[in-house]
Amino acid sequence: MENQQLIDIATQVRRDIVRMVAAVSSGHPGGSLGCADFLTLLYFEVMKNDASNFKMDGINEDVFYLSNGHISPVLYSVLARSGHFPVAELATFRKLSSRLQGHPATDKKIPGVRMASGSLGQGLSCGIGTAVVKKMNGDDSLVYTLHGDGELQEGQIWEAAIYAAANNVDNLIATIDYNGRQIDGDLEDVLSLGNLSQKWQAFGWEVLEMNGHDMDDMRNTIAKAKSFVGKEKPIVIIMTTEMGQGVNYMMGTHKWHGAAPNDEQLANALGQLKETLGDY
Amino acid sequence: MTKTTDFEVLGKKDTRSGFGEGLLEIGRKNKDVVALCADLTGSLKMGDFKAEFPDRFFQVGIAEANMMGMAAGMTVGGKIPFTGTFANFSTSRVYDQIRQSIAYSKKNVKICASHAGLTLGEDGATHQVLEDIGMMKMLPNMTVIVPCDFNQTKQATMAIADLEGPVYLRFGRPAVPIFVKPDADFQIGKADVLIEGSDVTIIACGHLVWKAIEAAQELSLSGISAEVINMHTIKPLDAEAILKSVGKTGCVVTAEEHMLNGGLGDSVAQVLGQNLPSPQEYVGVNDTFGESGTPAELMTKYGIDTVNVVEAAKNVLSRK
Repeated sequence: MENQQLIDIATQVRRDIVRMVAAVSSGHPGGSLGCADFLTLLYFEVMKNDASNFKMDGINEDVFYLSNGHISPVLYSVLARSGHFPVAELATFRKLSSRLQGHPATDKKIPGVRMASGSLGQGLSCGIGTAVVKKMNGDDSLVYTLHGDGELQEGQIWEAAIYAAANNVDNLIATIDYNGRQIDGDLEDVLSLGNLSQKWQAFGWEVLEMNGHDMDDMRNTIAKAKSFVGKEKPIVIIMTTEMGQGVNYMMGTHKWHGAAPNDEQLANALGQLKETLGDY
Repeated sequence: MTKTTDFEVLGKKDTRSGFGEGLLEIGRKNKDVVALCADLTGSLKMGDFKAEFPDRFFQVGIAEANMMGMAAGMTVGGKIPFTGTFANFSTSRVYDQIRQSIAYSKKNVKICASHAGLTLGEDGATHQVLEDIGMMKMLPNMTVIVPCDFNQTKQATMAIADLEGPVYLRFGRPAVPIFVKPDADFQIGKADVLIEGSDVTIIACGHLVWKAIEAAQELSLSGISAEVINMHTIKPLDAEAILKSVGKTGCVVTAEEHMLNGGLGDSVAQVLGQNLPSPQEYVGVNDTFGESGTPAELMTKYGIDTVNVVEAAKNVLSRK
């Protein structure tokens, strides 16, 4: 897909995100905006999956787990825009009886979601389980996971990291949204992760880095990651992003991690984001 | 008059070995069954499955949270994962992983937990989980099964593979009498009336079922006719069996190797309170941690032995 097409989709996704959270005065716009480019590329170009015929078992298609479930707005928008369910349903986000729960859930059977997430640190283990089964099934499609950087403070992540390296889980590509911010402030102030790249390397992973707002860089890096599939090492991409990307007053701060814009702020944000595909 | 001798004791074995045999047998029948273990293969008796199906056995190391997440992920792709570790590490250590990735996500994971309760023995309170039934029965979508002997544990292990959805299967370490027939028909959610009686109902699960049978024999010597029900499935609870029996006897004793708070007794009381308020006495551990000791010593000290069931039955009869 042309870069401009992807950028246009991502811009509409960003509009969706701020409108969704503003409508219910709750949700997590910051990380959602930061991952809009990555998830757009993933769902519109990289992943092999059938949006119109969602199957829970994910056999013979690429499977994605959003481990940092609080950025559900970006996932829901991308799923809807890629044809998993009607775009109009985005208006139900976080409302009573909606399939679009505050954090992703499977109980209301929203197409595209295979695992509940929100309580952090669990998605890498789930991804490893699915990746292992794909190998057992002779299924050469891949598993992708996305994690927040703050989420890496959870111990389960490192249990999973040890397992995947020790057992050559080389059909999984984990991506870290490395925006350096979490609810309480800058990650460095809350709990530094030290040298993140060296940590993953020391755990036995193939480590790549990319700019989460550069389509060419992401495309090339993911292609490189895929070239490591089958090479007996799990793969992680440390993706540098800007929390709040695309809305100037949400950037450069952790304050919009979990806060929704008011009407005036929403209008300001929408003024910065062109309506490319039509609002829901 | 009913005697325990009416039950042919087929030997003595640990319930965990029933799990091990059941896992092997269901593994042979159902190729989708896979097993995960957190460094307790020998204790869980999963060695035979591992030896016969090395490609379907996953050693995860001492990392139970990852094990639960992996098990959830393995259902995506069609596998039926059986996780194995001690009951404490199968529940309280990983409650949130089970809650989100297995129960809420409604994944077809079978959480198989050995060394439950006081009868784990000498390892002491750090390992003697007495809260697990409560924790697990509170989770929506979760089925909770506590079989009573070797044969029933084997039957339950095989039965849960065919039940779509999350299951908690609780069993133990010590050798206990085997009295369920090897070819008995195990039905999830359907209580077994082991002894019919008319004066008092004793509802038990796990290791306390045999104690209840012994208690019924002792009570019969005093002319008391006790009905004994093996409530192997805590959830979904067989309310019909409870109401039918207590409707006849008018009072009930519940007996379990678990905290009184949140256990089988609470579940039975809920059914009776709503439908048929009746005197109830409880045999279980009363809001305290365990300690090191032999299983027999611990059951005596913490009041979950035959004598306690007898005493509870007499007490509840006096309240009728």
